[in-house]
Parts: sequence; C-alpha cells; structure tokens
Amino acid sequence: MVEEIGTTPEGDIIINVGPQHPATHGVLHLVITINGETIKKVEPHLGYIHRSIEKMCESLTYRQFIYVTSRMDYLSAHINNHACALCVEKGLQIEIPSRAKVIRVIMDELTRIASHELWWGAMAMDLGAFTPFFHAFRERETINDIMEETCGARLTMNYMVPGGVMLDIHPNFQKRVKDFITLYKSKISEYDELVTGNIIFQNRMKGVGYLSPEDAISFGCTGPTAKGSGVSSDIRKLYPYEVYDQVQFDEVLETGCDSFARYMVRIREMNQSIRIIEQLIDNIPEGDFQAKTKAVLKLPKGEFYQRVETARGEFGVYIVSEGGTTPYRIKFRSPGFSNLSALDQMARGSKLGDLVAMMGTLDLVIPDIDR
Amino acid sequence: MVIEMVIAGVCVIGLFAALGLVLVLMERRVAAWIQIRLGPNRVGPKGMLQSLADTVKLLVKEGMTPNGADKFLFNFAPFIAMMVAMLLMAPIAFAKDFQLWDLNIGVLYFSAISSIMVISILMAGWASNNKYSLMGAMRSGAQIVSYELSAGLSILAVVILTGSLNLNEIIQSQADGWWIFKGHIPVIIAFIIFIIAVTAETNRAPFDLAEAESELTAGFHTEYSGMKFALFFLAEYINVFIVCAIGATLFLGGWMPFHIGHWEAFNHVMDYIPSSLWFFGKTFFLIFLIMWFRWTFPRLRIDQLLNLEWKYLLPISMFNILLVTLMAILGWHF
Repeated sequence: MVEEIGTTPEGDIIINVGPQHPATHGVLHLVITINGETIKKVEPHLGYIHRSIEKMCESLTYRQFIYVTSRMDYLSAHINNHACALCVEKGLQIEIPSRAKVIRVIMDELTRIASHELWWGAMAMDLGAFTPFFHAFRERETINDIMEETCGARLTMNYMVPGGVMLDIHPNFQKRVKDFITLYKSKISEYDELVTGNIIFQNRMKGVGYLSPEDAISFGCTGPTAKGSGVSSDIRKLYPYEVYDQVQFDEVLETGCDSFARYMVRIREMNQSIRIIEQLIDNIPEGDFQAKTKAVLKLPKGEFYQRVETARGEFGVYIVSEGGTTPYRIKFRSPGFSNLSALDQMARGSKLGDLVAMMGTLDLVIPDIDR
Repeated sequence: MVIEMVIAGVCVIGLFAALGLVLVLMERRVAAWIQIRLGPNRVGPKGMLQSLADTVKLLVKEGMTPNGADKFLFNFAPFIAMMVAMLLMAPIAFAKDFQLWDLNIGVLYFSAISSIMVISILMAGWASNNKYSLMGAMRSGAQIVSYELSAGLSILAVVILTGSLNLNEIIQSQADGWWIFKGHIPVIIAFIIFIIAVTAETNRAPFDLAEAESELTAGFHTEYSGMKFALFFLAEYINVFIVCAIGATLFLGGWMPFHIGHWEAFNHVMDYIPSSLWFFGKTFFLIFLIMWFRWTFPRLRIDQLLNLEWKYLLPISMFNILLVTLMAILGWHF
C-alpha cells in the first residue's frame, strides 16, 4: 500500500482520486502516483460501499436472496436476478415454461441496452461533453417506462424468480417495446454524429488504454472490456442459457485493444440486443409464465454455479447448499472487480485525462465491484 | 473630470453585473435547449431572475479560506481576475460614438491586458495549497500563454489590412463591408483561428482543462466558495463577452450595419437599426457560437491541446499573416 498523501521518495505526486470525485461515478477511491501529468501507478482502494451482501444472503431463503442482488450491479438488475434464478433452478432441477424463458431474455436485452445507454452518456461526461448524457437518457427513459409498467420498478427491478417471472407481461408490453425499437433506430445515428464521429473524441480514445489480449485474459476481464481486446468471452454464445442458442446474433469483437475498441463494442452490442429483441418480441409463446414450485425451496446438498452475461461481463453465482432453506455459502463473481484490476496496467504511462476516459470505457459500477 | 470618471466607473460596474447575469442565464438556456430540457423556469417570469437568485445565494455564503493556503494570494486572486475583465471593457465600442476610452492602441491594449488573466489563475492555483488546483493552474498557464500567440497573430491580420491599432478606426474601415467579407479567405482563416484561440484563452470547453471537472474536480478554483468563486465565474463570462466583442469589432464590423455594395435602399433600411443593436447582435452571435462548442464537444487532452496550437494553429496563422500582408500590399481586398 502506498502512502496516501504527499510525494513519493522519487518526487512524484500522490493524488487521491475519490472517494468523492466527479469522475469515479460513486465511491471508488484511486490512489494515483503522477509525475506532472503522466501516470506512474494506479491503486484502487475498495470498501466504501461494502454491504456484505454475500453474508446477508446466507440468512435469506432462496426466494429472498434474489432481491438483494438487484442492489449490486444496479444497472443490470434483471440480469443479476436472472443468474440467481437460473442457479436455484439448476439446483431444483426444474424446467421453466418457454414463455418465461423468452420474457427473461427480452428483459435481459432491454436491461443491457439501458445499461449501455447510461454508460454512453456517463462516458461522454467523463470526457467533458455533457450533452450526450441527456440524449442517452431520452431513450433510456423509454426502457424504464416499459420496466415500470411490467415489473413496477425503474432501477432496482425484481422480476425474475425461481421458476419463471414474477408476473405476466403487461398487455402493452409488446407494443411499447416495438415503439422503443423504432425510436432507438431513429436516434442511434445521432449518437454517432454527436460522439463517435467527433475528431476530438476519436483522438481521446484511439491508442489510449491499451490492454493486450493476454493481459485481458490474465486479469480475468470479461464483457466489452475483453471483447474490445478481441477475446471471445460472450457467455451467451459460449455457454448458452434460456433461448440464446435459438436466436441469431453475433458476438461483437473488436481488435483495437484500446478505449475506442471497447467503446465500439458497446455501441455495436446495443444493435445486437435490438436484433435479439426483434426476433423474440413477436414470438412470445403462450402458456404459463411461472413453473409450479413449492412454497419453501430447498436445494439438495451440493454446489451449484451459473454464469450469465451482464452488460459489464460475466456474472457468476456460486451456491453451496447443505440441504436447508437458506444457502450455506454464496459467492458472486462480479465482472467489474476483474475489469477494474486491469486499470493499473492500462493507465501506466498515459496522461491524467486519459485515466478518466479509461475508467469510462471499463463501465464501472461501484456497488458491483464492492458488494 | 472626476465626476466623469466616477460616472464611467459606475457604468462599467453596472454593465459588468448586468452582462454577467444575462450571460449566465443565456448559457443555461442554451445548454438546456441543446440538451432537450427546459432550463431555469421557476424564478421570475420564464426563469429570468434565476441568476439574480444565485448571486444572492453566493453573496450570503461564507467565504472559506483553507488552512494551508497563502491567505493574501488566495483572497487577492479573484480580484485580479475581476480587475482584468473590467479593464478590458474600456476600449470596446458598444455603439456609434459610445466608447469609454478611445485608445489609439486599442488592439494592443486588449492583447496586453488579457494576458494578465493567467496570473490570477496561477495565483489561485498556487495559493490554494491543493494538488488539483495546482495542476489546473499549471495547465491553464501553458494553455493561455500558447493560445495568446494565435489570437494575437489572427488579430494582426486585420491590423495589417486596416493599418491601425485603434478599434474605432478599424470599425470605420469596415463601413463599405466587414472584413470577413472584404478580406477573402485569409481573413476567414484568421477569424476561425481567432475563435478557436479565444475559446482556449477564456478556458471554455472544449479547452476547459484548467477546470476539467471530471479530472480535477474544479481545477484552479476547487477551494473557492461563495463570492470569491463567483468573481472567477463572473470574470469568465465577462471575458467571453469581451473576446466576442473584440471578434465582432475586428471581423464583423463592430456596430457597423450590414451593407451590400450599391443597394442604396437596402443599406438605408439597415442604417435604421440602431448601432448598439448591431454590436450586441454580432457579439451575442459569437457568444452563442462559443456556448455551442461547450455543450457539443468533449474536452481535449493537455498534450493534444498544445499540439493543436504549436503544430497546427501557429504555423497556419503565421503563413496566413504572410498571405494577408501580400494581399494588403497588392491591394487584392475590396
């Protein structure tokens, strides 16, 4: 651990970025050593928003603990819940109705788009452009409205339960999702005009924050961070769950290994999500939205693991069961933690302004890193 | 004589405050318009009194001085910023025959006084005893000193064509057409460079590295609060107004109406519009342009910022000066 104040013996300045700093989007604390404007070392300090969720889960039943997980990566609330529900279903060995499967996937992809929209705005804000944030929120609000109508919440959604989804979709659901797709397609070109094609933006992003494929693998990076380095890591393709093996979509890969590659992965991933939703929205099968399950769930003795692809990468749930109504031990594998660990490698030797851009492209959600 | 000076002083301070309030409101409305929101709309009719309410809030706030700060420099820096902005008001011709000080070296005065601004920023950054402030100040120092060259050279283009440093004479020389129309492509290049350079000189986005809120919290004024912060804030807006006023005077004819060659009737109609309206119209158009930059572009990085100046803008403006000189000698302008 480095000293948090003053200067190093070599005369480099130590700066504390955070825990209250506009760039860290939360309570992340980076202790950075700089020489002039050049970064020599970045050391993330965690623990400011630790709520010991994993420990809490041990005293909650298999139905209850899912609700806590929407408070972890709050931008992928549905996907977190989805992973937990899948893991419990794996333990119970129940097959869920196909209607529930399709609804879950549509919800997941809507969440992914909403999360990437927010990331897009926030990242542009890190670079000093405020306007994209509001433009992104215009579309994101539409998704939030859909979510609110179907599952009653706009941020910490709890919709996926073991056995299916909590409620059937709202009668307006299909129409509103189609309206959203039309809106999104008419607005996506604005994103490119405003940010992607901007020369200042491209100069800030290209060749910055280099993360080689080898480093991406050894740091355990997943999601767009790994895909930007050309590492194929999409759980939806590698270990398909629900109906992901039945829909047509491409795993987005970029080979630039820099901030711009990671940026482009997310932009293109949104289009792929739209593609998935388009294939499913008219083909939601009729039937039950929830399988019949017992009131009190008891997982058999054993260990269960399930991974899903959240907007930030691989999210894993590991449950150790002793056969009771509550898990014996739960471990979450959050994508943000591994992605953040690569920051030091990426940032060394670059300028202070670029650190903020790199943090933007990692799409950090602090409660996900620090549970 | 004394009374005259006092009246002039009061006028400047009054204009200063009024402009500050108007520009802050304008910035917020422009930002809201670009960002698909409403902007201030609660205080007073259509939110017109919002900036007045903000001023009152800032006035009653406690002015904090951090423990490790150099108290004298810390408290003095905002006043230098303010003083510079006020001094710069002097040579500007707001309307026909309405000028506080008809200085025969008005352009030189503008270039000289505006470079004092950097001292207040360096002073504030150093005296705050804060690493963020210091970095902001150092960035700002490098930036303002660099971009002054381009701004100066682009101003020189018009000075060469006019043969005068007097702002009034420069305006008079545009009676038959503004320099931006008369001066062909070299003056248009000079105008574009001028706008870029003064945006950087006034620390406005995309060149707001001295503040860079996502990197340096608030840059050189991180430790300032209350009225001391407000003075920096106000000075920034007044500086934007002044550089735009100078830009309008040099390139867009100041208070000169828009005339087209021999269209006598058209020119007469244009003459009926008061000269102050012409001046403020042009100035606010340029201010709008600079605000538009701020709410559209991301921020540059410090090395890119200096590259832009030393590798692109400065060589281009030097070559441009050569072109303008040739043009002036050969009489190729209208």
